[in-house]
Amino acid sequence: MTGPDILFEVYCPPHPQPLLSPEASDGYGKLRDAYETCRKRIEESEADLILVYSTTWPSIIGHQIQAHPEPEWVHVDDDFHFLGSMPYKFRMDVEFAEAFRDAAKSRGLQSRTVAYDGFPIDTGSVVALKLLNPENRIPACIVSSNMYANRAETIVLGKSARDAIQEQGKKAVVVVVSSLSNRMFTEHIDPTEDRIHSAKDDEWNRKILEFFGDGRLEDLSQLSREIHGQIRVQKVVAYKPAWWMSATMGQHNNYTGEVLAYEALHGSGGAVVLLTPASGSVGDKEFDEDDVEHYHGDRGVLDKGAL
Amino acid sequence: MAKGEIVLGCLAPHPPHVVYAENPEQNEAFSEGGWETLRWGYNRLARKLKTIDYDAMVIFTPHWQTYIGTHFLGLPEFKSKSVDPVFPNIFRFNYDISVDVDLAEKMCEVAGDSGIITKMMRNPDFRIDYGTITSCHMLNPDWDKPLVTISSNRNAHYYSPEVMNEQASALGEACAKAIEESGKKVVLISSHSLSHRHFVTESPLPEDMSREHIYNHSQYVWDMKLVDLMRGGKMREVIDIMPEFTEQTIAETEAGGLTWMMAAMGYPDYPAEIYGYQSVIGTGNLIAAWDPMEATREIVL
Repeated sequence: MTGPDILFEVYCPPHPQPLLSPEASDGYGKLRDAYETCRKRIEESEADLILVYSTTWPSIIGHQIQAHPEPEWVHVDDDFHFLGSMPYKFRMDVEFAEAFRDAAKSRGLQSRTVAYDGFPIDTGSVVALKLLNPENRIPACIVSSNMYANRAETIVLGKSARDAIQEQGKKAVVVVVSSLSNRMFTEHIDPTEDRIHSAKDDEWNRKILEFFGDGRLEDLSQLSREIHGQIRVQKVVAYKPAWWMSATMGQHNNYTGEVLAYEALHGSGGAVVLLTPASGSVGDKEFDEDDVEHYHGDRGVLDKGAL
Repeated sequence: MAKGEIVLGCLAPHPPHVVYAENPEQNEAFSEGGWETLRWGYNRLARKLKTIDYDAMVIFTPHWQTYIGTHFLGLPEFKSKSVDPVFPNIFRFNYDISVDVDLAEKMCEVAGDSGIITKMMRNPDFRIDYGTITSCHMLNPDWDKPLVTISSNRNAHYYSPEVMNEQASALGEACAKAIEESGKKVVLISSHSLSHRHFVTESPLPEDMSREHIYNHSQYVWDMKLVDLMRGGKMREVIDIMPEFTEQTIAETEAGGLTWMMAAMGYPDYPAEIYGYQSVIGTGNLIAAWDPMEATREIVL
C-alpha cells in the first residue's frame, strides 16, 4: 500500500438546523437530504473509521482528540437553543485516537486525548455524527481545531492523521465540519426567508464550490488565506479546514467532486460536498509556499539580528 | 418601591485553574494549589461581598458566545456538570444554581426596548458555561444568591472592537435601567482576563508555579497601564482606549464585559479596589472592584 486508505471526504456545515429543524425551510431540507446521501454512501462503503475535524471545537493546549469510548450527553447550542436539545451517545475508536495523538507528537505537535464523562462535544461534531452515522455502526474520532494554529501546524496535523490511518490499516471516511462563508445574520429571521448574507459571500462560496466540484482540493488549500480574508468572520486566525483537509487527503487535485447541496444557514454558507479520490489531476496553479513535514514551533526572531 | 441599585461591580477573571486550585467538593479534579495571588485576592473580595446587602449577581460571560443578539438565562434552576472544553483535566464542576428570572426578563425587555436584539434562553438542558461558574464560585462559594447570566454577543468578531464598545455600552445602560426599575440591589460581574494570549503547552503538573509567567512583556505593560488608570479612577479613559488595548493584547475584553459593566455604573471616576494580578497559562488576570459607596471603599493593594 502506498498511502493510507481514505475512501472519501465529506465537507458539511456545523449548524444544527439540518438536524433539528429540516422542515423549517426548503434549504434546510435540501441540506438534510444531502447528509442522508452521505450517510448512505458511508453505509455502503467499507469504512471502519469516521475521522471528524470540527471547526466548532476550539482548543488551546495543542490538538485535542476525543478518546472517551462512549461519550454521552444532551447538547444544546449556544445560539440556537430554542430549536431543541441534541441527545447523543457516540462510539469512539479509542485505539485510533491514541495512535493519532502519538503520530501528532512524533511530528512535533502538542497533542493529547480527552476522555472525560460529560465532556462538551461541539455542535458541529454532534450534528455530523448524528446525521452521518446515526446507529454508530462505524466508530469515530474527533479532533479539535487549535485556535492559535496556522498553516504549518495545521498541515502537519493533517499529515499526522494520514500517518495514523496508515499505521492502523484503517479504511477511513474523513469529515470536515465547517461553513463556507460564516457571517450569520445578527437578528432572528424567518427560516423561509433565509439567504446568504451578502452577494459577495455568495459569489465566493460558488467559486469555492466550483473548485470542490472539479476536485481541486489542494488548490483550495493554497487559496485558504484569500478565502479567509474575503468571506470569513475573523474569529480565528485562518480558514484552517482547507489546509487540514488537503493535507489529510494527500495534497493533490485528483478527486471526483460532488456538491450535494449549497444553502444558507442563518446567512452563512452551508454546503455538503463529497470528494472521492480519482485519477487525473485538474488545475494550473503553481504553489510557492513550503510543504511542511514536521512542526518546530514558533520561530523566535526578536532576539536575532540585534546589534 | 425603592429604586434598585448596583451595589458593587467586580472584574472577576475565570481561568478554571483558580477553582481547580481551591479544591472545592464540586470539582472532580484534585490539585496541590497554585495561583495564590489570585485566589487570596478572590477570598478577600468574597469576604467583602459577605458584608454587602444584595439580592442577585448579574454576570456577563465570554464563554456563552452568541452571534444573534444577547441572550439571558430564563429558567429558575440549572443543575448539571460543566466540563471545560479546553482544560477538561482540571475543571469538571457539578453545579446547582438558581436564577433570578424576573430580573433577567426585565433586562431582556428593557434592552429589547432600546433596540438591542435579545432572547431568553429557556432550554432546561442548556449547560452553564465555565466562565459563569468560575467567577461566581470564587466570589460566592456558598452559592446562596441567584444569578442572571448574560451572553456575550460577539460584535468584535463581526464588526470591530469599536462597535463592540458601542453595543456593550448600550447594553450596560439598558441593564442599569432595568435594575433601577426592578427595585433590587445587584452585584455586577464582568468575567474575563485582561491580556489573553495563552501558552499552547501545559506543564505536566498544571499548578507548577515555577512555570507560570505572563506570555510576553508587552502584554504585562498594557495590563499595568489599565491597572494604573483604574487606580486613578479613570474608567472613561479605560473604555476609550479599550479597542486599542483589545487589539494589542488580544484581550478578553473583546467580549464587551468591562465596557458593559462600566457603562452600567456610569463610568466611575473613583478608584477601583485592586485585589490581585497574576498570570494564568500566560494570560493576564486582574481582580478589581468598584464600590459606589465612598464610606466602604477601600485601598486594598
